[in-house]
Amino acid sequence: MLPIIWFCIVAVMVAIYVVLDGFDLGAGIVQLCVARTAAERRLVLKSIGPVWDGNEVWLLAGGGALYFAFPALYASAFSGFYLPLMMVLWLLILRGIAIEFRNQISNALWTPFWDVVFALASGLLAIFFGAALGNVVRGVPLDANHEFFLPLWTNFLPGKDAGILDWYTVLVGLFAFFTLALHGALWVNLKTEGELQQRARRVARVAWAAVAAFTLIVTIASFSIQPHLAASFAALPLGFVFPILALAGLAGSITFLLRRKDGSAFLASCLYIVGMLTSVVFGVFPSVLPSNGDPNFSLTVANASAPDYGLGVGIAWFLPGIVLVAAYFTFVYRKFSGKVSLEGGGH
Amino acid sequence: MDTALALHRFQFAFTITFHYLFVQLTLGLGFLIFVLKTVALVKKDEHYNECARFWARIFAVNFALGVVTGIPMEFQFGTNWSRFSRDAGAVIGHTLAMEGLYTFFLESTFLGFMLYGEQMLGRVGHWGASAAVWIGSWMSGYLIVATDAWMQHPTGYRIGAGGKILLTSWWSLIFNEWAVWQFVHTILGGIVTGCFAMAGIGAFYVFLKRSEKYARAFLGVGVTVGLIAAILVAFPTGDTQGKLVARNQPIKLAAMEGHFTTEPSSAIAILGQPDVNAHKLDNPFMVPGVLSFIVHGNWTKEVKGLTDYPRDLWPDNIPLLYYAFHIMVGLGTVFIGVLSLCALQLWRGKLAETKLLLWALVLLMPLPYVANTAGWMTAEMGRQPWIIYGLMRTADGVSPHVSSGSALFTLLGFLGIYTLLFMLGLFLIWRILEQGPEHVVEAGE
Ligand code: HDD
Ligand code: HEM
Ligand code: HEM
Repeated sequence: MLPIIWFCIVAVMVAIYVVLDGFDLGAGIVQLCVARTAAERRLVLKSIGPVWDGNEVWLLAGGGALYFAFPALYASAFSGFYLPLMMVLWLLILRGIAIEFRNQISNALWTPFWDVVFALASGLLAIFFGAALGNVVRGVPLDANHEFFLPLWTNFLPGKDAGILDWYTVLVGLFAFFTLALHGALWVNLKTEGELQQRARRVARVAWAAVAAFTLIVTIASFSIQPHLAASFAALPLGFVFPILALAGLAGSITFLLRRKDGSAFLASCLYIVGMLTSVVFGVFPSVLPSNGDPNFSLTVANASAPDYGLGVGIAWFLPGIVLVAAYFTFVYRKFSGKVSLEGGGH
Repeated sequence: MDTALALHRFQFAFTITFHYLFVQLTLGLGFLIFVLKTVALVKKDEHYNECARFWARIFAVNFALGVVTGIPMEFQFGTNWSRFSRDAGAVIGHTLAMEGLYTFFLESTFLGFMLYGEQMLGRVGHWGASAAVWIGSWMSGYLIVATDAWMQHPTGYRIGAGGKILLTSWWSLIFNEWAVWQFVHTILGGIVTGCFAMAGIGAFYVFLKRSEKYARAFLGVGVTVGLIAAILVAFPTGDTQGKLVARNQPIKLAAMEGHFTTEPSSAIAILGQPDVNAHKLDNPFMVPGVLSFIVHGNWTKEVKGLTDYPRDLWPDNIPLLYYAFHIMVGLGTVFIGVLSLCALQLWRGKLAETKLLLWALVLLMPLPYVANTAGWMTAEMGRQPWIIYGLMRTADGVSPHVSSGSALFTLLGFLGIYTLLFMLGLFLIWRILEQGPEHVVEAGE
């Protein structure tokens, strides 16, 4: 029971990470398209400035929870995806530095340089995270010790000797890119006014069309590559609530966008992301990292989890902690609610 | 040692040492800014608030570098030390996960308010934000030090099926005796770094004959707090750490003291170069009986030398370990001496005129970094060949499938990126110093 509870906790934390850091990554992806002048770009940065670091902490906190509750999964996945994870780290470093240092100096060389770094790092991170998710769905070549090592790419075919990048995982990477672009554009739309907001709306509409198309293609590809997905939904049709939520979010985001209900459009996009992620998690369960060879080598909730004593104690410190975190987030998002302006200090 | 292992160790050591450069200043400055804010609130003196605002600007640059270099640390447990993580993750995962949940959220939330929320939150609210950042950084320090302390001195565990290490007592993980002393010593080390930065920059402005009002405040706070911290770092905390090492890791103690042969009344080495093959110190300067006294409180009780232990349990780089330890203790002594003289002049109201001491303060600014780094090198290299003392060897903790080529590639990547970060950080902090406190205060940031 405890492993399943922790599995749900970790899944929820990861979903919160994607929704929250997703919009600031997305803001980075779209910033060069929606913001033309240095002042407009600063506005985009200011819309995420006070919250981006807190959002990114969900990655660390979720990672920490994963480490303690499923050490075997953390060990195997992190060492197996060694090279791309290191690149993710470098991108996270560059992106954080770009956000924090861009406005330390204002001149015609410094600011545009960091704007481009911020945009590139944000976009590449979205693609890497998407490709990682693609790898989890496709499965990896786990051995009897539940270990593996994947090269960056081989022949781009998702077969037995697939690398980290094959046509399927690249597809999921692009899918993530557009999903977060939509999410970020909807955030910028919510936080800004005037011409900047108009451009964000336009970008959001284009991104939405791409997301809708990718949803269809990636769903078909996933079901054909990982037969376990179909089996899961067939075994427990209740699981269809997750994809239905995702579709509702997808429909809602465009409807609200066209009706200029900016807050609702953004929330609908959150719902879409949560729906998609939970669908994947449900489809792969009880595996947490499927093997693409011998199914007995898969890492599952049962064989990757820590023993019950620790998991039980973990619940005891987790609950008060998460209540505190909820309080901080409510406080920050309230204090910084409303449209951003160039007045006052900060990013 | 095989190449992949050596590269993994070097990468971890390099990235953590680099992270710790920023962290130690955060630990010290976060506290000092809180002190400045408190003085401003209690004395109702706006000047101290302005000082706090200036230091917050420097803090912000340093903190950003601390955050971005911290994230790789968390990842590397899985990427580079997967066998260690698989078998010990269920134990040390507790402290790491709690660190994320309890401290990183706290810090990242209130840092924004501390930097930009002065108008928004009001006097008391803003003081509260600075307290939250300070407490967050110290709690963060505690939880990560507890992780390290468990690796130095594992408690509250049993060995389960397949060699997995299982937690049996969460309390003894969190309140490990080793963690408590290590934390206090480490925090004090951070305060020493922060105080030398503050006092050194005060002295710098005195030399430039500018911002003199600020310079006096910086010198006053830096020297006073610094002296207290520098004394406490040596006694009781450093001394107790030494005793803990002697009791629990006698081989490390012998190695860091360069103590090769067992004698009834053991002398301490003040100077000398270890010759590991000949089992002796070259050109030694020894004080008789002192090692026995430090370890046992008794001048004539024997302290075992390295040659009494099997060779394969010796740390693998004894000279470096010995020098690191002696550099830390030597610098600790220098700090106490210089800060005492400064404090004396400060109380006589003459510090700003004593050129020699001001020069010392400016030139000593980098040395607490050296002392802190040397301290960690002592602790971590002295733990070798174990990754978890007595339980798992470092060679068994490494990721088996990550090749030396991959490790070399990423090591070079880190070396390159961190060089850039270092230059950027220095450049931005230099700019803030050159603009001076008045600029920051007038800009209203
Ligand atoms: C400004 C920094 C600074 C200064 C002046 C000192 N230390 Fe230190 N020392 C540290 C900063 C530090 C540290 C970086 O914080 C370490 C690394 C690991 C730890 O627990 O603290 C450390 C470790 C450390 C250890 C090793 C603990 C272990 O192996 O786990 C011992 C025995 C001492 N210290 C003892 C001393 C003594 C007797 C000092 C007398 C002057 C001293 N230190 C000054
Ligand atoms: C408190 C949290 C820390 C943890 C959990 C930790 C853990 C580790 C681990 C897993 C290794 C690699 C295995 C090994 O070589 O033993 C290591 C090595 C090392 N660490 Fe730490 N460390 C911590 C803090 C630090 C800090 C702050 C520094 C330096 C400023 C440091 C310096 C080193 C060095 C120099 C090595 C290499 C030792 C060698 O290979 O000989 N450590 N540590
Ligand atoms: C291997 C060990 C370590 C790991 C895994 C680690 C992890 C991290 C991470 C992920 C962050 C970024 C948090 C954020 O995004 O807000 C961070 C920052 C921080 N870490 Fe570490 N860290 C390690 C060693 C240490 C040590 C030894 C200390 C102090 C004794 C320390 C104290 C801090 C502090 C105070 C911060 C706040 C940011 C700053 O100081 O600039 N860490 N650490």
